[in-house]
Amino acid sequence: PDRRPAEQSHPEPMRNTLLEANVAKLGCSLPPARKTGTTICGVVYKDGVVLGADTRATEGMVVADKNCSKIHYISPNIYCCGAGTAADTEMTTQLISSNLELHSLSTNRLPRVATANRMLKQMLFRYQGYIGAALVLGGVDCNGPHLYSIYPHGSTDKLPYVTMGSGSLAAMAVFEDRFKPNMEEEEAKQLVRDAIAAGIFNDLGSGSNIDLCVITKGKVDYLRPHDEANKKGVRTGDYKYKHGTTGVLTKQVTTLQLEVMDESVQTMDTS
Amino acid sequence: MSHQIENSRGLRSQLKDSVPVAGLCPQAGPYGVQDTLRRGFSSVKNELLPSHPLELSEKNFQLNQDKLNFTTLRNIQGLHAPLKLQMEYRAARQIQRLPFLPSSNLALDTLRGTDETIGFEDILNDPAQCELMGEPHIMTEYKLGLL
Repeated sequence: PDRRPAEQSHPEPMRNTLLEANVAKLGCSLPPARKTGTTICGVVYKDGVVLGADTRATEGMVVADKNCSKIHYISPNIYCCGAGTAADTEMTTQLISSNLELHSLSTNRLPRVATANRMLKQMLFRYQGYIGAALVLGGVDCNGPHLYSIYPHGSTDKLPYVTMGSGSLAAMAVFEDRFKPNMEEEEAKQLVRDAIAAGIFNDLGSGSNIDLCVITKGKVDYLRPHDEANKKGVRTGDYKYKHGTTGVLTKQVTTLQLEVMDESVQTMDTS
Repeated sequence: MSHQIENSRGLRSQLKDSVPVAGLCPQAGPYGVQDTLRRGFSSVKNELLPSHPLELSEKNFQLNQDKLNFTTLRNIQGLHAPLKLQMEYRAARQIQRLPFLPSSNLALDTLRGTDETIGFEDILNDPAQCELMGEPHIMTEYKLGLL
């Protein structure tokens, strides 16, 4: 397709900088970007990778979504958790997922986690941190299980356990205490669940349920929700008054006399 | 206002390495006045300075990538490799439809490897949705040198 670069003027960023500059004069504040103040983490265990995420999306100080999905699909054997600006993580992972699918069709092989990592870091570095997406990328390919953490400016780390997001410190504390190499699946799932729970209960930006994604060679278990740590409370009382609470003393019915003056039908032009 | 001046000074530092592209008469529409509907708001500052820190970097991204790749190729395989490739690019770039119609650029895409990738340029600024079209007769006459 003919790809023409954008024309000379760029009205959108100019308008944005103008608005930001004049915010004080206008007396209002710009709407905050919807972020996922988040806890996401991942762990490599004996047969594969366990990814975990909370499910709260915030817009400033308000919870925008009580049950959003932060574990994104990249390819049948690779999944990615996203923290930061919700739109950025969503669109970035979808773009990389499309590119990886085309690449895997061209090579006729299952995609590797290192390929997804390379594509993500090159794109994020190209945009110099303006795309606010902090990602935990995990999957199992022909070389075994791999786990990467990718920062918004484009740097990556390949580690056996990683955490990202505003609740990352709480989750990392749990990992540092209880992580062992080559754990069993149940032990790994419990560890990730506890790490996300630490983030949920100790960080205001994270909350609601815990989602898990267990990736092994040939099988993916997407457990959503794995644990409903915060159920919304059920109301114990009822403020509605029953019929007959107020006694009726008198009753008077007055019918309105309406005469039909004129009736006309105008057909809609549906051509 | 001072906030804006600071911003422009910061962005002005990007100008020292960039090559300024001299446009035609700035934003002039059919009656000599700027054409807000088609070209957006006009501002002298915007035509001289970048309006976003990434504007210049993105505008020249493809050029810089090509430069990088050709230099690496030259260092590894010798001068003949980038020369042959650039000749092929030039040949592929000449395969176009009539000047006012959008071309598929299939050969160029295949050479570049962008027929197997999806980027923002595939989703945004779709030429099929373009609201402008050049004058067919005049553009063809200009291309054939009859004008």
